[in-house]
Amino acid sequence: MALDSLCGFATGQPSFKAFSSMCTLQNDLDVFSGNFKNNLQLMNPPAAHIPELEAMKVDYKDPLHRERKTPYGFYKSPLGYGPMEVPDVGAATAPSPGGGVKIQMAHGTTTLGFKFKGGVIIAVDSRATGGMFIGSQNVKKIIEINDSLLGTMAGGAADCIYWERFLSKQCRLYELRNREKISVAAASKLLANICFHYKGYGLSMGTMIAGWDKRGPGLYYVDDDGRRAPGNLFSVGSGSTYALGVLDGSYKWDMTDEEAQELGRRAIFHATHRDAASGGVVRVYHVKAGGWEKISEVDNDKYWEKYSDQKMPIVIN
Amino acid sequence: MSMSLMRPGGFSYSELANAGPVEHQFSPYTDNGGSIVAVAGKGFALIASDTRLSTGYSIYTRDQPKLYPLNSNTVLGCSGCWCDVLSETRLIEARMKLYKHEHQKEMSPAAVAQMLATILYSRRFFPYYVSNVLAGIDAEGQGVVYSYDPVGHCDQNLFHAGGSSGALLQPLLDNQIAHLNMQIKPTEPLSLEKAKGIIKDVFISAAERDIYTGDGILLKIITKDGITEESMKLRHD
Repeated sequence: MALDSLCGFATGQPSFKAFSSMCTLQNDLDVFSGNFKNNLQLMNPPAAHIPELEAMKVDYKDPLHRERKTPYGFYKSPLGYGPMEVPDVGAATAPSPGGGVKIQMAHGTTTLGFKFKGGVIIAVDSRATGGMFIGSQNVKKIIEINDSLLGTMAGGAADCIYWERFLSKQCRLYELRNREKISVAAASKLLANICFHYKGYGLSMGTMIAGWDKRGPGLYYVDDDGRRAPGNLFSVGSGSTYALGVLDGSYKWDMTDEEAQELGRRAIFHATHRDAASGGVVRVYHVKAGGWEKISEVDNDKYWEKYSDQKMPIVIN
Repeated sequence: MSMSLMRPGGFSYSELANAGPVEHQFSPYTDNGGSIVAVAGKGFALIASDTRLSTGYSIYTRDQPKLYPLNSNTVLGCSGCWCDVLSETRLIEARMKLYKHEHQKEMSPAAVAQMLATILYSRRFFPYYVSNVLAGIDAEGQGVVYSYDPVGHCDQNLFHAGGSSGALLQPLLDNQIAHLNMQIKPTEPLSLEKAKGIIKDVFISAAERDIYTGDGILLKIITKDGITEESMKLRHD
């Protein structure tokens, strides 16, 4: 209108009318919550280096959740996936940049999964920490993707839940399109592809996808670097080293269901005992041919009495 | 040492000339403080916030509650970076209007809770610096409380303390409401009056020890009959 020319807008420049038509409710919703329509459409930061955002990139494999200095590189210990090389301690004690604002996500975990004669056992703790503060003691770290698939969560709680919820939707769509259930291999690859897509963005997730398909029991490790590996035994999170110690000590392929469930439970208990970032309740799930089954959900304090009785008495002299 | 003219400010012109490019970082966040406490019980949910808004050691206002009634059965409490609080709550408001017109019904607290998690995650790489606590009553008339981390991890609880006094008040609520570590637990369920008393008490405690909490509180009481409110004065210093 006249206002355009009055303000010196040449033809072809954005006019007031065009701008105001952009300010519609629908446009705002699409721009500011685009992930409702397309789950992958997340907003980008407005600048390349924002100190508060840099400090958010923490390593879930490190018990102190220190800032991630080594985002890339494949690390594999002889017994499976262990903690990455720990960066210098200075990063943990250095004051946070950006005027004291520190964005702290829920973190900290011990999770484990192993295959045995009778299927797959998944066991997890339930503690979430934000920095040194225990945010929750009752987090559900086993995500029920569908009747035959389970996902575990270590690292950023929001990352794991959002993407495994997305995975759940994709698995259902696969079933509707192909008239058969998705394989564990395919499901884990969908998640790994997402992780690879966002590699370097600072997602923090270390997950196991467990399930049963026509090939039998399946167990995959998937993490935020886009790494994906099938295996018989994994433990992920800041307490994983302790859990692996217990698991490797007593693991046998030919265990009864009860022995296997108890092994998973005991490994998580001992990890929560030694790793301050793990705790709460021990949850145990068992994946069988017909699908998964929830076995137990008991507070660590209850187990303390049980397991401390079994320990050798301390003898002085 | 090279010859240089010293300016009263303490740096030399030659230093200035050799300084090279100066990098400035864009810092979009600030912490405006404020605390939220929510408690759920049988047939009710309570949510309260303080009314102080500040930055550093200076106080912007003593009369800014941080509660947002979303519909007849849910109230959201937000504190943290005030500009993020404003844009986030406006977005929620818009999405809830859309839902209401599309589905011809009010959103349930569970639906609001999931929506908020998704909204927060849409900013995963540029998060809202906000501590969110959602309180409401579900279809059965049971009180529910949901708490969030900045990027949308949602946790359902019976009570939660968030914001600047969150870490200070949560252990107090664990003791007073959940009676954790107590040998003798009360036999009767938490009453509305008792919950109200606890909330007022914990805010008085917070105002004693947290510089970002004070001046007053606004308390919203959600029951099946709707939402009523109460206020209380806190320390003004």
